[in-house]
Amino acid sequence: MIAYLIRRILYAIPILIGVNLLTFALFFVVNTPDDMARMQLGIKRVTPDAIEKWKQQRGYDKPLLVNSAARGAGKITDTIFWQKSASMFVLDFGYSDDGRSIGREITQRMAPSLAIALPTFLIGLVVYVSFALLMTLFRATALDIAGVALCVLLMSVSGLFYIIGGQFVVSKLWHLVPISGYDGGMGGFKFVVLPIVIGVVGSVGSSSRWYRTIFLEEIGKDYVRTARAKGLSELRVLFSHVLKNAMIPILTGVVVVIPLLFMGSLLTESFFGIPGLGSYTIDAINAQDFSVVRAMVFLGSLLYIVGLILTDISYTVVDPRVRLQ
Amino acid sequence: MNFMPVILWSDALVFLLLAAGVFGAWYVRRREYLLLPWRRVGQSATAMVSLLVLSLFFVVGLLDTLHYRAALPEKNGGEKMYSPEVLSVFDKLVTPLRTQTEKTYSAPLAVTLYAKESTSDAQGRVLRDYPRLRYGGAHLVDATQRDENVLWRAIKGAIGGLVVGMLLLVAISSFRRRLVGWARSVPTRAGSKANGGHVTCQPYTLRALLITTLIIAALIGAIANLAPAYHVLGTDKVGQDVLYLSLKSIRTGLIIGTVTTLVTLPLALLLGIAAGYLRGWVDDVIQYIYTVLSSIPSVLLIAAAVLMMQVTIETHPQWFDTSASRADLRLVFLCLILGMTSWTGLCRLLRGETLKLREQEYIQAAQAFGVSSLRILTRHIVPNVMHIILISLVMDFSALVLAEAVLSYVGVGVDPSMISFGTMINAARLEMGREPMVWWALAAAFGFMLVLVLAANLFADAVRDAFDPRLNRTEGTA
Repeated sequence: MIAYLIRRILYAIPILIGVNLLTFALFFVVNTPDDMARMQLGIKRVTPDAIEKWKQQRGYDKPLLVNSAARGAGKITDTIFWQKSASMFVLDFGYSDDGRSIGREITQRMAPSLAIALPTFLIGLVVYVSFALLMTLFRATALDIAGVALCVLLMSVSGLFYIIGGQFVVSKLWHLVPISGYDGGMGGFKFVVLPIVIGVVGSVGSSSRWYRTIFLEEIGKDYVRTARAKGLSELRVLFSHVLKNAMIPILTGVVVVIPLLFMGSLLTESFFGIPGLGSYTIDAINAQDFSVVRAMVFLGSLLYIVGLILTDISYTVVDPRVRLQ
Repeated sequence: MNFMPVILWSDALVFLLLAAGVFGAWYVRRREYLLLPWRRVGQSATAMVSLLVLSLFFVVGLLDTLHYRAALPEKNGGEKMYSPEVLSVFDKLVTPLRTQTEKTYSAPLAVTLYAKESTSDAQGRVLRDYPRLRYGGAHLVDATQRDENVLWRAIKGAIGGLVVGMLLLVAISSFRRRLVGWARSVPTRAGSKANGGHVTCQPYTLRALLITTLIIAALIGAIANLAPAYHVLGTDKVGQDVLYLSLKSIRTGLIIGTVTTLVTLPLALLLGIAAGYLRGWVDDVIQYIYTVLSSIPSVLLIAAAVLMMQVTIETHPQWFDTSASRADLRLVFLCLILGMTSWTGLCRLLRGETLKLREQEYIQAAQAFGVSSLRILTRHIVPNVMHIILISLVMDFSALVLAEAVLSYVGVGVDPSMISFGTMINAARLEMGREPMVWWALAAAFGFMLVLVLAANLFADAVRDAFDPRLNRTEGTA
């Protein structure tokens, strides 16, 4: 197990290097820092001096890969690649355009993101699995068909509609909760409840239908027939046999997203004014703050890879047949 | 010639797609075994009704793809000049919708503006009232006649639409004998009971199609009769007709939904099959590439790529002769970027399927006979993974249409000057706070999107059920 984990972590390193090189190519080679400066300063009032100043402020006034002017190790380290890209491996994200430490922003903003994302994830999981089990229990009846039809309908509605509609009805018409805002501690409850509900409702359609497919696939197998032949009730079969055996496909889809919960949701956070990582990313995109976007890309893929490793570990927990070697 | 045809990049891709579609239909049509799953799709009432709705959207989208630039009035002896504004055949067809712009917001079917304005009457007194619209209901002398007039026009239009729809159906049904002729040629299980071993359209599928056609015809008739005199879905902030905006958005949505998959299909197919068939270091390299790409959360990768694309477009204004071509190139790039983030899933599926296929006896037989790898790939592997490609194509469509709206909201979607569901929602969202609320633009955008995506989802399900052999079995036992 330990050996397996070490191997997986070692395997993650080339992937992270790949991500790093990709973002480096995307941000510094496709467009040179000069282009970025021209874009941000505006085409009209751009002068060579202004570009130099812009680059100097952000530390972009260095060669890309090899600094032939420097000596010794400086040839490698005194470059954009080393200072902007390679430093991300030690989680040093540098500074955003307004001069704040990106690393500190990230640690501060993780809590609000989690306050929304974690409950949404947990409540959602329970709701979707229960709904899917209900449809499976009444499969091929009017209830099941109506459930699937409802799922398809809910899937076809834009996610923006749930947020805009929810805000309008709950906050503006009924005045139940504030439209947007955030507060730490218990006082924050009234702010997070609507985003959580909308987050859960927003993916009822696709998720429940996906779980239903998984359960239906399991229910056609031989062990289910055996269990029924033993005289077990349909509920027993569903809960103690089908649900357990469906764990592997469920975990495959679910565990991977757990670390990504830290990243928050772009849409929800920006609509509800929650100071999490999602709204941080959106603000950075709108302000064209390239260093923040680059940091988020790297952080996102790091968390995704952690999720993949967690998924493998979770298999051993639910299925004793799986041994990681 | 008093116009100059313009082929934008996205137009060219749409034409390419259309040609591929026609070729595919012709190819499938001549091969009975390929036609069989499509017949199964044809027997499903939901699938056919959604296909009907989808094809209406496609017609609007296609008409909107034929672009041209109108000639400007000629000066004496001067060179012929063309207007910088790129129009489409669809714009020409609905000219009243495009040109009849009001001052600002007006509610659906309204005859007055949405906000009060100060006007002075003949005696110089200042009145505060809702001013009449320039075009909406302008033919009415008395604004109170509106309800009656609207109803009357709607009924007349609906009846006209019904008549046209019926004529169309009669024309099709006389033509249908030939159509059903080829559909009848192969016996299937489902058909054997009903019709002496021959397939024909299920009677209730036909009935559903018939009813839907008539309903749609009546609806189109009513709207077509109302639209020249009223703003059926109201107007937006700068007074543009919301119905016109919604119809124009269709093309953007369709292009995002189809072109995205098209542009990355060759890449996914080539790499997926190569990885699965050749294995070894090729497999390792390809797996590495798609693991790297898929490990970046897609929204972030799209955001990063679109930001960089903006920089490129911004710093190279000399590439574009019209603002339309600039917005268009951005749309094409967006499709490419969306495709780059979504091809990994298809590639992984194709690799897995190829790994399975290459162990099959017929492929091993081909290898034993010394058939070249290239020939095995094109003759045996590619045809056998086609159903996966088709399923992922139709399944991705609706997700991409929905994604466009979200991305435009985030600020990494289509060009703000391009009419799309996303830009419509984005503009209308800011008016949520108004009292009373301006709801029609949002409702129109969400409504059109819902119909499009729902139809696409239902059709995709039918296609998947018909093509996926694994799924058929589980449905059968359940």
